[in-house]
Amino acid sequence: MYVSPIREPLIKGNKTYSQITQDIAAPIEGKPGKAWYMGLTISLSAMFFGLAMMGYTVWEGIGSWGLNRTIGWGWGITNFVWWVGIGHAGTFISAILLLFRQKWRTSINRSAEAMTIFAILCAGLFPLIHMGRPLLAFFVFPYPNTRGLWVNFNSPLLWDVFAISTYLLVSLLFWYMGLIPDIGTMRDRVSSKIKKYVYGLLSFGWTGSVKHWQRHEKLSLILAGIAAPLVLSVHSIVSADFATSIIPGWHTTIFPPYFVAGAIFSGFAMVLTLLVVTRKVLNLENYITLAHIESMNKIIIATGSIVGIAYMTELFISWYSGVEYEQYAFLNRATGPYWWAYAIMMTCNVISPQLLWFRKLRRNLVFTFILSIFINIGMWFERFVIIVTSLHRDYLPSSWSMYSPTIVEVGIFIGTLGLFFSCFLLFIRVFPVIAIAEIKTVVKSSGEKETKNETL
Amino acid sequence: MRSYISAYFTDEEDLLRAIKILMEKKILILDVLTPFPVHGIDKVLGLKESKLPTVGFIAGAIGTLFAFGFQTWAFVVDYPLFIGGKPHFSIPAFIPITFEVTVLFAAFAMVFAFLFRSKLGLGAKNKIHDERITDDRFVIIIEANENDEYFNNVKAILEQEEAHEIQLKEHK
Repeated sequence: MYVSPIREPLIKGNKTYSQITQDIAAPIEGKPGKAWYMGLTISLSAMFFGLAMMGYTVWEGIGSWGLNRTIGWGWGITNFVWWVGIGHAGTFISAILLLFRQKWRTSINRSAEAMTIFAILCAGLFPLIHMGRPLLAFFVFPYPNTRGLWVNFNSPLLWDVFAISTYLLVSLLFWYMGLIPDIGTMRDRVSSKIKKYVYGLLSFGWTGSVKHWQRHEKLSLILAGIAAPLVLSVHSIVSADFATSIIPGWHTTIFPPYFVAGAIFSGFAMVLTLLVVTRKVLNLENYITLAHIESMNKIIIATGSIVGIAYMTELFISWYSGVEYEQYAFLNRATGPYWWAYAIMMTCNVISPQLLWFRKLRRNLVFTFILSIFINIGMWFERFVIIVTSLHRDYLPSSWSMYSPTIVEVGIFIGTLGLFFSCFLLFIRVFPVIAIAEIKTVVKSSGEKETKNETL
Repeated sequence: MRSYISAYFTDEEDLLRAIKILMEKKILILDVLTPFPVHGIDKVLGLKESKLPTVGFIAGAIGTLFAFGFQTWAFVVDYPLFIGGKPHFSIPAFIPITFEVTVLFAAFAMVFAFLFRSKLGLGAKNKIHDERITDDRFVIIIEANENDEYFNNVKAILEQEEAHEIQLKEHK
C-alpha cells in the first residue's frame, strides 16, 4: 500500500495487535489514581449543586432566575446552544470524517462520541428546566389528547424537540454499535466473574464472525451517511429558533451555516480540552499523537475562520441592508453596554485561533489546551451575545433592560459541567476510550513500523 | 461425533491466503472469526452483500411518509388552525421534522435488523470460541469428518500458510 513519505504515523511505537489491546484496556483494568477520585468528587459535587438549583427553580419558579419581561432567554438558552454545539464535534469526527476516510479519526472517535452524548444530555436539561414545570414536558410531543390539539409543526422550537431527541438517540446507537466489539474484548480480558457477566451482557454476545463484521461495517457506513446530514440539520434547526423570529440581530439567513461551523469549532475545542489531558493521564500518547492534535487544530482554524467571516458578514450586511434597526442592533452589540461580552467573543473566537497558523503552536500541548479553553469561553459568549444583546434593547425604549444571572442560573450551568465531567470520568473507567478494533485496522497502513519501511 | 478444525493465525494476510486456498480446494469453511474487520475477506469467502442498506432505505422511506403525512393530516384535516396567518399545508415548515423522523426510523431499523440477523442482543448466548479472538487471533473454523486423510490434507494447507495453531474440537 502506498504511504506518503511526509505523512506521520498515526500509531507510534511499533505496536502489535496484542499490545494495542493491552494499552487501551489498561486504564480500565488498573486502579484509578488519586487524581481520578478528586476529579470525580469535584464533578459530582458540582452536579449535586446544580441538581439542588434545578430543584429550587422547579419549587420557586422561573422568577428565581435573572430573566425579566424584556430578556426572556438568558443563561438557560445560552447554555443549551453551547452544549448542543459541543456535541457536534463527536458526530463530525465519527460520521463526516468516516465518509471522507480520514484514518486519524480512529484514535479519537470513541471519546468524542461519548462526549457528544454527554453534551446532548446536558443540553437537553435546559429547555426542560426552562419550561418551569418540567413535569409537563411531555406536552411538546404530538400525542392524542383530550383537548384535540396538536403541537405547532410550524415552530422551530418543535423542530428542535425532534432534532435533539433524534440526535441523541442516533448518536447513542452509533456509539453503542461501535462499542460492541470492544466490550467483547473487555469481556474476554477481565477475570472477575461479575465483570465478565456484565461485559458479556453488554457485548450482546459478540463473537467476531466475518458475517457480523461485514454487517457491522455496512451499518457503520450507512449510519455515518445519515448522521452526517443529521448533525448539520441539528444546529441549523437550533439556529432557526433565532433566525425565524423577527428580532433584529436574530433575523438573518446566515445563521444555519454560521451556527454549524461554530458548533464544530467549539466541539473540537472541547475534544481537545478533554483529550490533551486524557492522553497524558491514561498513557495513550502513542495513539493520540501530536499529529492528531495538529489535525484537530487545523479543523479549529478552518471552522474558526468561518466563524470569523460570519461575524464580519453580519456586520457588513447590517450596514449594507440600510435597515436602521439592524444597524442599531449590531452597533449596540459592539459598543453598547454589553461591549465586553462582544470583545471576549471576538478575541477568543476570531483572533486567538489565528495563532494556529504557526506549526509550532499547533503542536504545542500547553498552548493547545489553553487555546481550547479560550474557545470554549468564546463560543459560550457568542451565544450569550446573540441572545442577550439582541433582546435587551426592545422596540420601545421604555422596555429597555439589562440582564444578569442569579446564583440559581449559574448553579445549574455548573451542575451541567459537573454532570458532563462525571459522565466522562466514569466512561474512561468502564469502556475503552479508543476504538480497539478500529484502530487495529489502520495499524498496518499507518503504524510507525510500516510507514518507516515504506519510506526506506 | 461431529467435530471441527479451528486454525489460528496471527496475521490477517496469512489468513486471507489460507482462506483463498481452502476455497479453491472446495473445503467447507464454517466461520472465520477475527478481532477486527479484515479488508476483502468477504469477497474471498464469497459472502453475499449485506442487505442492511435496503432495510435502512425502506424504513427511512416509511419515516418520511409517516412524518410528512402525519403533519399534513394534523394541520390540514384534523385541526386546521391559523398560526401567524400561515397556510395549513406549508411544505417547507414540515421538512425539518420529516427529515429527523426519516433518519430516526432508518437508524433504528438498521440497528435492529443488524442485531436480529446476527443473533446479537442483550443476553445472547453465542459460543465464544476463544478469548484471544477479540485480541489478536484470527481463526478459521472448518468442518471435519472421520476421514483422517481429509484432516491431514487440510492441516497441510493450513501449516503451509503459517497457521499458528491447529486444533480439532468437537461440536457440543
